[in-house]
Amino acid sequence: MSKDETERVREQVDAVYRSESRQVLATLIRLLGDFDAAEEALHDAFAVAVEQWSRDGVPANPRAWLVSTGRFKAIDGMRRRARLDASLTELAKQLESRTSDAEQWDDGSVEDDRLRLIFTCCHPALPPEAQVAMTLREVCGLTTDEIARAFLTKPPTIAQRIVRAKAKIRDARIPYAVPSKTDLPDRLDAVLRVVYLVFNEGYSASSGGSLTRHDLSGEAIRLGRVLIELLPEPEAVGLLALMLLQDSRRAARTSPTGDLILLEDQDRSLWNRDQIAEGTSLVERALSSRRIGPYTLQAAIAAVHAQAPSAAATDWVRIVGLYDVLSQTDPSPVVELNHAAAVAMRDGPSAGLALIDAILARGDLGNYHLAHAARADLCRRLGRTAEARTSYERALSLTQQEPEQRFLKRRLAALSDQTS
Amino acid sequence: MKYMLLIYGDEQALSETERQECYTESTQLAHEINSNGQYLAANPLHPTSMATSVRVRNGKRLVTDGPFAETREQLGGYFLIDAKNLDEAIAIAARIPTARKGTVEVRPVIEIPGLPTE
Repeated sequence: MSKDETERVREQVDAVYRSESRQVLATLIRLLGDFDAAEEALHDAFAVAVEQWSRDGVPANPRAWLVSTGRFKAIDGMRRRARLDASLTELAKQLESRTSDAEQWDDGSVEDDRLRLIFTCCHPALPPEAQVAMTLREVCGLTTDEIARAFLTKPPTIAQRIVRAKAKIRDARIPYAVPSKTDLPDRLDAVLRVVYLVFNEGYSASSGGSLTRHDLSGEAIRLGRVLIELLPEPEAVGLLALMLLQDSRRAARTSPTGDLILLEDQDRSLWNRDQIAEGTSLVERALSSRRIGPYTLQAAIAAVHAQAPSAAATDWVRIVGLYDVLSQTDPSPVVELNHAAAVAMRDGPSAGLALIDAILARGDLGNYHLAHAARADLCRRLGRTAEARTSYERALSLTQQEPEQRFLKRRLAALSDQTS
Repeated sequence: MKYMLLIYGDEQALSETERQECYTESTQLAHEINSNGQYLAANPLHPTSMATSVRVRNGKRLVTDGPFAETREQLGGYFLIDAKNLDEAIAIAARIPTARKGTVEVRPVIEIPGLPTE
């Protein structure tokens, strides 16, 4: 075979790896009952593919071929090791008979395997940071190095989280299963939380120099799409809508020098119209269900912003109304703060300030920089410059994120210009 | 697989009537899971004021009054169950009355060979 031909097959194998490897892995985990064995089998299967496909061509159903080859390799490996450890002979035999049924990798059960993998990686018995690492590693196929870079940690830290999580899955026997109907709402919440956490980590890094880490947000949106394809629950649809609508503003929310630009000051012509159109139609779909949850409500709020030609021309009455519903379904001080900011836009700064002061007086958001920044902004608009300065300074002392710090410093400098 | 469900709660929190109700409900639960073959053992424990802690250091026995650690919630009882997997064990743990006020810790049991059997 010519060199070009070999190159072409290799490219095909790479393409199949990108599109199929996660599904193949998900099925192999079910068949082999073990994450590590399944990963090894996946690698072996692709190694055989490179060799055999360049000789015989790519099979009609590469996924089924890979699962079957991976399974065979795993059983074969166990047989070879059985010469040293007799207990493996029985295990290999069991595995062979248990998984010989060809329909075990038909399309229906294979789709379920992807859900099984997602629910297992996001099992609440695993610590939250391990849920995130497992999801990115096993479901999205990111390497430990890539995950470590995205979360600004060291690769061994991530590797250790994954090793411990796999040990708990094995030893505490976390089932490889889609949860029962009764458990599904709670368990789906846990999955959505992980997806949104990944998105937010990409959208607004909690520390460090870069405000956006696009890769993670993109991964989260991809996950959101897989999820609603497999399990079209209203809140999953709502979360995908929310992520798309927030992501649509990505190009407008930072300046070329990496500085933060507030929603009201953004160049709306930079907003991604395709994402807005898709997000808005998903919001409508989620709202048409009778079960409206917090992600859907937040997406609905984002959709109102997305449709407004400017901050002033935004339908603030509708936004305040949506926050009212949100604070009933999912009450939290942060929701209250956002509600107060919307009231300030609808009824004027002093109405909003009274609400924020009430929240701060309760002591709930005393250490939350955005509460002080919001308060400062309303004081500034009311001409209460000294109070505005105190609150901006408080906000500045509470944030570690460089773009946020630069933004607050600019606001402080602007206050000095006003008074001098 | 065997799981130990360790039941933690504030041992001062229950009145005598509430304690009796808790026993009744737990006994009922034990019968329900026994009919599924999931029950192995269960018992409430006397309060930590009844506890004695024993350590042996350098061959010398140290016996002290009180529990291993002073905590806000105390170990007050246990269920030993046989469940297919962690989700099944969690489902049973959630039915223990104290789960509504305190905490039930689910611990998989290590099976070692050579222990006496009934």
